[in-house]
Amino acid sequence: MTIEEEEGIGTGPLNDGPAYPEMIDPGPIDPAAPLEPLPGHSSRGRLERILRAGEFAVTAELSPPDSADPVDVFDRAAIFDGWVDAINATDGSGANCHMSSVGVCALLTRVGYAPVMQISGRDRNRIAIQGDVLGASAMGVANILCLTGDGVQCGDHPEAKPVFDMDCMATLETIRAMRDESRFASGRKLDKAPDIFIGAAANPFAQPYDFRPLRLAKKIAAGAQFVQTQYCYDIPMLKTYMERVRDMGLHEKCFILVGVGPLASAKAARWIRSNVPGVHIPDSIVARLEGAAKQKEEGKRLCIDLIQEIREIEGVSGIHLMAYRQEESVAEIISESGVLRDRKPHSVNPVIPHYMQQRFRVPS
Amino acid sequence: MRAVRHWSVRNARGLMRLYDLFQGAIVAMEPVVRRIGYDRLEKPVAAVEHVIKGAMFDCQMCGQCALSSTGMSCPMNCPKNLRNGPCGGVRADGHCEVKPDMPCVWVKAWAGAQQMMSENILDVQLPVDNRLKGKSSWLRIIREIKAGSLPKPHSSARKAA
Repeated sequence: MTIEEEEGIGTGPLNDGPAYPEMIDPGPIDPAAPLEPLPGHSSRGRLERILRAGEFAVTAELSPPDSADPVDVFDRAAIFDGWVDAINATDGSGANCHMSSVGVCALLTRVGYAPVMQISGRDRNRIAIQGDVLGASAMGVANILCLTGDGVQCGDHPEAKPVFDMDCMATLETIRAMRDESRFASGRKLDKAPDIFIGAAANPFAQPYDFRPLRLAKKIAAGAQFVQTQYCYDIPMLKTYMERVRDMGLHEKCFILVGVGPLASAKAARWIRSNVPGVHIPDSIVARLEGAAKQKEEGKRLCIDLIQEIREIEGVSGIHLMAYRQEESVAEIISESGVLRDRKPHSVNPVIPHYMQQRFRVPS
Repeated sequence: MRAVRHWSVRNARGLMRLYDLFQGAIVAMEPVVRRIGYDRLEKPVAAVEHVIKGAMFDCQMCGQCALSSTGMSCPMNCPKNLRNGPCGGVRADGHCEVKPDMPCVWVKAWAGAQQMMSENILDVQLPVDNRLKGKSSWLRIIREIKAGSLPKPHSSARKAA
């Protein structure tokens, strides 16, 4: 009998019933347990395993709630359960205030989901970021995506002080050193290094185009093991980028997940391309939506078509679905695209601790 | 002063040559600098540096000049202080996502770096040491070159490229 069995760890509510008295620790421990370490793997998470096994990975983005209720997070994650290999928790995306990515990830890992924690350098300096990396890793977060972050001017608190102490490149290198050299940026030693699969973002669709593959090379040099790209609506442009990436051999050093998402209408597409910097939507896409009787349906169809074309591009390891305000269509898009073939991503069947299910309020 | 800044990037190659000569000259002056004292020179040299580099590059006096790695386009003018390349928000016309009327500092930097035919832009720049803000880069370079401790980049994408 192992120590775990002896102490009852590993027999959460998914098994025969809680080994711990519920009032002391109602949390399911088993589903959130990290996977056994494997040689050649940096983390103990599922996403890295799927990618290293050569499977075509699917990730999706969860938009964090404006709420202190954990159920709001679990409800949003449940839509993706069994359809994706990892769930991205955004960090104040668009410089808008929401529940923190650390908080969302702590909840998700608690019930067994595999989150990708996004870290932006906009709101936190190097002291806060490194602290969050340790905290997240301790909570079972296996994947971290390093971002510079949007300017505060884009969001709902334009009067805030932008931090930008570290850019994404510095964050990548800092986290890599924490993991591989077991030290803070200051050089001070860690007692236990975080086992993190390190990611970054890439945008093949923004100026200066010929520098973009070099920037990816820089991110890989700084520590990126996977990248998730900005929304792709321009296949020829992606192909040109990927050609250069393959020439440089970057696809062999880093897993590339291409960003996709359904557009709700031609009007929405026009709004996005003129108001969301970095998203490039060609006229032909807008025209296709415009010409459709049911634009929302056509938006989904378009997304499915794009996924099928992206899957065929050599060097692409997966897709990253960002279905903002259309999260309910994620399962349908993944299913219809056939991108998973026969594979069924790990389903968590989350057991939400009972005290979290109550929408409790302070009695008045 | 944006026009002057853009002129400097367009002439990045010439300026780099000029700077190499200048650096050689200031390093040769090290014994004099040491005799007067680095600390005593810090304020006046920083003031001169601010005027010259401020006029030419809109220098923000971060104290750890990266112009030779950024095509002579000062990265501290980027609203996100990016020191390793353009963010994903650059507009189709090459302008900044935060300040739509300003050409992206890194679009300029890439143009400058190509003119300089320098691969320094592929080096990963470490985060800024905020203690050096407002201090003279020149004095720091003299001291570090003399001591042989000029910091090298941790990693670079040169091999990949």
